[in-house]
Amino acid sequence: MPQIPTLTAVQLAEAIASGQTSALEATQAYLAAIEKLEPQIAAFNQVLADRAVQHAKNIDAKRQSHQHLPPLAGVPVAIKDNMCTSYGHTTCSSKMLANFRSPYTTTAVAKLEAAGAVVLGKTNLDEFAMGSSTENSAFAATHNPWDTDRVPGGSSGGSAAAVAARECAAALGSDTGGSIRQPAAMCGVVGLKPTYGRVSRYGLVAYGSSLDQIGPLARDVPDAALLTQVIAGHDARDSTSVPRPVPDYTAQLDEPIEGLRIGLPKEFYSEALDEQIDDAIHKAADAYKSAGAQIVEVTLPHSRIDTDEAGQLSSYAVACYYIVAMAEAASNLARYDGVHFGHRTDEPVGDIIELYSKTRSEGFGEEIKRRIMLGTFTLSSGYYDAYYNKALKVRRLIANDFTEAFKTCDVLLCPVAPTTAFKLGEKTDDPLTMYLADIYTISVNLAGVPSLSLPAALSKDNLPIGMQIVGPLFSESTLFRAGRMYEKVSNVARLTPALAAC
Amino acid sequence: MSETIDADLVRHIGKLARIELSEQQVEMFGRQMSDILVYFHKLRELETEDIEPMAHAVQSSNVFAADCPQPSLGPDQALANAPQRDGNFFKVPKVIGDS
Repeated sequence: MPQIPTLTAVQLAEAIASGQTSALEATQAYLAAIEKLEPQIAAFNQVLADRAVQHAKNIDAKRQSHQHLPPLAGVPVAIKDNMCTSYGHTTCSSKMLANFRSPYTTTAVAKLEAAGAVVLGKTNLDEFAMGSSTENSAFAATHNPWDTDRVPGGSSGGSAAAVAARECAAALGSDTGGSIRQPAAMCGVVGLKPTYGRVSRYGLVAYGSSLDQIGPLARDVPDAALLTQVIAGHDARDSTSVPRPVPDYTAQLDEPIEGLRIGLPKEFYSEALDEQIDDAIHKAADAYKSAGAQIVEVTLPHSRIDTDEAGQLSSYAVACYYIVAMAEAASNLARYDGVHFGHRTDEPVGDIIELYSKTRSEGFGEEIKRRIMLGTFTLSSGYYDAYYNKALKVRRLIANDFTEAFKTCDVLLCPVAPTTAFKLGEKTDDPLTMYLADIYTISVNLAGVPSLSLPAALSKDNLPIGMQIVGPLFSESTLFRAGRMYEKVSNVARLTPALAAC
Repeated sequence: MSETIDADLVRHIGKLARIELSEQQVEMFGRQMSDILVYFHKLRELETEDIEPMAHAVQSSNVFAADCPQPSLGPDQALANAPQRDGNFFKVPKVIGDS
């Protein structure tokens, strides 16, 4: 039998179910990988080794007594540390929640555990999921397993790095403006941002409530499909989760889609895009064409990327997204007041306002303050119509573009990030430059549609290049099948960073 | 309409957002927020007079829960993360003046 960390989640679940290995062996193999690699990667905020071992033993006991095993029985997974768990800490990589212990567990995490997955620990993120590099954590920066001088992307950088480094079989992340797909692309793994409402947000610490979705980060498309299968579905505790049956994502996965029409949005293939990425995605389009797909040019006018004389990029979608997300953040993060939970200032205070202001000033990092303040401003009297309401109108235009595009194609093939993984510290001085790392991913969240990010190729300097396949609302089945078509003809899905090789 | 965010406006926003700011932060946030605001002004290029604002991507009408009691957190669980606790209460500093 091959070494455990080389197996996909699907393969590992089969190996455990058939008795080739045990849940305990699998958990111990991953705990050993974590111990070996964490000094270089720093993907985890907390490793829950004792609990994981206990869970694994329970699963093995079930198997020995011939009880029915659920689909992920014994598969070790990692959870982004902005999902509440009634065990361990839930920190959001913020000083504000450094000692917070949730009284309840996120629905998506509970579903994973009910399906037999073993939670190894909680992974690092940009504080409160605000960022694109996982450098903006109050605790540590996570490093990219392909080149430890580079960022893993963000904000789900801990989960993406852990999957790429083979420190877990699969992981959960959350995506508000690209936070699953962009780190997946930069770490060479598969990530899905499901349709808004497909997965319950109950227990996910809220950032931009109309944009946030939980989704999987995985080694390949079948793993991502299986995890989505497990976590999707209506939840009475999230009134925005959609009461719609979950199709069997794994059933027709290996059947190519006949006559697939793939749209290339012309706005995305401009000078703003790194040449190697442009090239890799066009080669992927050629591979699809060889497999019988039809390639059509489509247009997403309100997601256009402009470059001014100084080389500065701008886009309606980026402006729209940051206004909406910051306004929602300002509202959601009002709850951190030092009264009921989280950090409270030790300074003497004269009144309750001072208690709030000092607590928030000490507990939040700089980027959080910047976003709360901008959100507060755009929602404030006299500015609401000019900024927030204007952005909601532009959001409609952006969403309408997708509806139009899907009249002439089944899916869109797009870049994920404008560049491959950048160096640590390269963009931390200028918030606007960092915001532009999301330039290809944010329209999808504004429109609510699903998108699958998967490896397209490796760059000349051996860094992963991602691409995303975007579909209409609730088209996850199509995305998985389309992604699987490429995965089968390319060899990139199974490439592994040298550091993770067993 | 204000095109830049000056120091007084930063202080005012800080007050609204309940975030205490140092003078150095007032300067820094003023500069950065002004830059970001200029970026936001790009939306003014678009005519949106007759466009319906879109607050949510997937339309859902009101969702009602059945009006029946459900188990909830007990006092010890609810107070487990309290920065300060006094019996079954969250304790905060005195907020009403003596006068």
